[in-house]
Amino acid sequence: MGKKIILIIFCLMFILHQDFWNWDNNDLVFGFIPVSLAYHAGFSMCAVTLWAFAVRFAWPSEVEAWADEIDGDAEQPDGDAQ
Amino acid sequence: MTVSLVASPQYLIVADVSKLPLWVICGYLALLLLLGIFSATFFRGTSKDYFVASRSIGPFLLLMSVFGTTMTGFALVGSSGKSFELGVGVYGLMASYSGLLHSAIFFVIGIKLWAIGKRYGYVTQVQFFRDRFESPALGWILFPILVALVIPYLLVGIISACKTMVPITMGMFPDLFPVLNDDGTHARISGSIPPWLTALVVCFVVLCYVLFGGVRSAAWANTFQTIVFMIMGVTAFILISNALGGPVEASKMVLRESPENADRSLMGKTYFFSYFVIPLSVGMFPHLFQHWMTAKKAKTFRATVVLHPFFMMLVWVPCVIVGMWAAGLYAAGDLRLPLTDAGTPNANAALGAIVRTLVENPLVTGLLTAGILAAIMSSLDSQFVCLGTMFTNDIVARVAGKDRFSDKQMIWLARGFVLVIVAVSYVLSLLLLDTNVFDLGVWCFTGFGCLFPLVFAALYWKRTTKAGAIACVIATVGTWSLFFWDDIINTGPKVFGEQTKAKYLVVGMMPAIFIFAASVGSLVLVSLATKAPEQSTIERFFPKKHD
Repeated sequence: MGKKIILIIFCLMFILHQDFWNWDNNDLVFGFIPVSLAYHAGFSMCAVTLWAFAVRFAWPSEVEAWADEIDGDAEQPDGDAQ
Repeated sequence: MTVSLVASPQYLIVADVSKLPLWVICGYLALLLLLGIFSATFFRGTSKDYFVASRSIGPFLLLMSVFGTTMTGFALVGSSGKSFELGVGVYGLMASYSGLLHSAIFFVIGIKLWAIGKRYGYVTQVQFFRDRFESPALGWILFPILVALVIPYLLVGIISACKTMVPITMGMFPDLFPVLNDDGTHARISGSIPPWLTALVVCFVVLCYVLFGGVRSAAWANTFQTIVFMIMGVTAFILISNALGGPVEASKMVLRESPENADRSLMGKTYFFSYFVIPLSVGMFPHLFQHWMTAKKAKTFRATVVLHPFFMMLVWVPCVIVGMWAAGLYAAGDLRLPLTDAGTPNANAALGAIVRTLVENPLVTGLLTAGILAAIMSSLDSQFVCLGTMFTNDIVARVAGKDRFSDKQMIWLARGFVLVIVAVSYVLSLLLLDTNVFDLGVWCFTGFGCLFPLVFAALYWKRTTKAGAIACVIATVGTWSLFFWDDIINTGPKVFGEQTKAKYLVVGMMPAIFIFAASVGSLVLVSLATKAPEQSTIERFFPKKHD
C-alpha cells in the first residue's frame, strides 16, 4: 500500500514539475527570488519530504533480507565476479 | 614579487598581481592529497576492498560520495552560466528534475542493485548484465559502449580544470610561461598556468590517492571535495549579494536590465519537459554503480535517497541566482565577459567574471577556484577507479579466467589500468583542449539516460529477454549515432532537427526523448517476440515476495 501511494505522489510530482503557469511570471518572492525559482526550490523540498516518506513507509525490507541470505563475496557465484 | 601584464605599445608593463589564489589552490590540493593518503591507510589489501571498499561504507560517506560523484564542475560554473544564458528556469530544468529523479533511481535501482551485487559478489555493471541475461555477448557489446561514454565525460572534467586555471593565474608567471602575440607582445593570458601543467597536477593528485586506496580513497576524497564546493557556492552568493547592495537590490536590477532572465521565456516548454531523460543517466553511470556497491547495508542508502534533493538545492539555488544577477549586470554594461567563437558572451565565464569584478579579493578567488576544482575532481577520481575496475574484471579476468590471478595480482592489475587510463586521459585532454568537447558531455548523458530502460527492465520486468536487452542497446546506439551525426558532425543543413541558441532540438525537444523511445520500444517488442528467460534465472535475480 505504502509503495502504491509513493508511486502516485511521484507521478503527481512529475506532472507538477511542468509548471507552465509560471512561465512568464518574473515576480519576486521575498523580494529577490523569482517565482519560477522559488516554486522549484519548494519542489525540491517536497521531493525531500516524498523520499523521507518513501524510506519510512515503503522501504524494501524484503530486498534487504534477500541480500543478507548469501554472502556473495565469500561464496563466488557461477559468474566470474572476482 | 608577482606581476600583472598591462598592454603597452612595445610590451607589457609589469604590475603587482597577487599569487594568493594559486597558493590557496595549492593548499587545497595538498589537503586533498593528505586526506587521500590517510584514507589509503585503511586499505585492507584485498581486491574487494580496492573495488568496493569491502562493502563497508556508511551513510554519511555514501551520501557525500554519491553527491560529489554526480555533481561535476557544471554544478558551480555551468549552473550560473546556464542561468546567465537561459534564465532561472535552468534550476527546474536540471536541479529539481534531478532532485526528484536521482533519488527515485537511488531508491528503486540503487538499493536493488546493491542487494544483487552483495549476494553474487558483483563489482561492475557488465558482470551483472551478463549474468542477468545469461549473455556473454551482451557484456562484450556493453563494455566498449560504457567506456566510450565515460571517457568524454572524464575529459570534460580535465579540460574544465585547465580552462578554469588560465584566467585565474593570468600574469603570474610571464617569464616562466610566456604567451606572445605575433608582434612579440604578451598575450592577455601570458603568464598563466598552462593547461599541460594543470592537467598534470590534477591527474597526479587524483592518481596518488586512488592508486593506493581504490574506491575507499575516492569516497573519502569526494566527501571532502563535496563539503568544499557546497561551502564555496554559498560563500560566493553572500559576497556577491553584499557587493550588489543586498539580494533585493540585485534582483530589482535584473528586472530592470534583463527581465527575461528572471522567468522562463528563454526556454521552450517541450524542451523543458523532454529534459527528464538526462537525469535518468545516473541509473547507468558505471562509476555510480561502483559507489552503490560500497554500501555497508541497504539502510545506508536512506540518507542518500532523502538528502540528495536538498543538497542539490543548496548548491544550485545560490549559483542560479548569481547567474541571473550576472545577466543583469552584463545587460547594464557593468560586467565584461570573453566572447565565444560565435561572438556571444561566454556564459561559463559568468561566475568567475562576477567574482573578479565585484569581490576583488584574491583569497576568495582562490577559494572559489578550489571549489570548482573540488566539484570537477570529485567525479574524476571515481571515473578513474571505475575504468580500472572494469578493465580488470570485465576484460582481463574474463579472458584469462577467474582463477588465473591471485587476489594481490588483481589489485596490481587494477592499479596498472588506473595508471594507463590516467595517462591516456591526460594526453587526450591536451589533444582535445581546443575542440568543443563540452558538447560531447551532453551526448554522454544522453547515451547513459537512454540506456536506463535496460537496467530498469533487468530489475523489474521478468519477461525481459537476452534478445530484448541486446536490441535495446543496438537501438540506443543506432538512434544516438544518427542524432549525434546530425548535431556534431553534419556541418550542412540539419537533417532531423534544428540548431537553436547552442542547442540541437528535434521538434522542439531534446533528441534524447526519441532515442529513449527507440530504446524502450525495441526492448519491449523484441522481449515479447522471443522466448522468456529460464525460471532459474528469474529466481536468481528476483526476490520472492513474502506475505
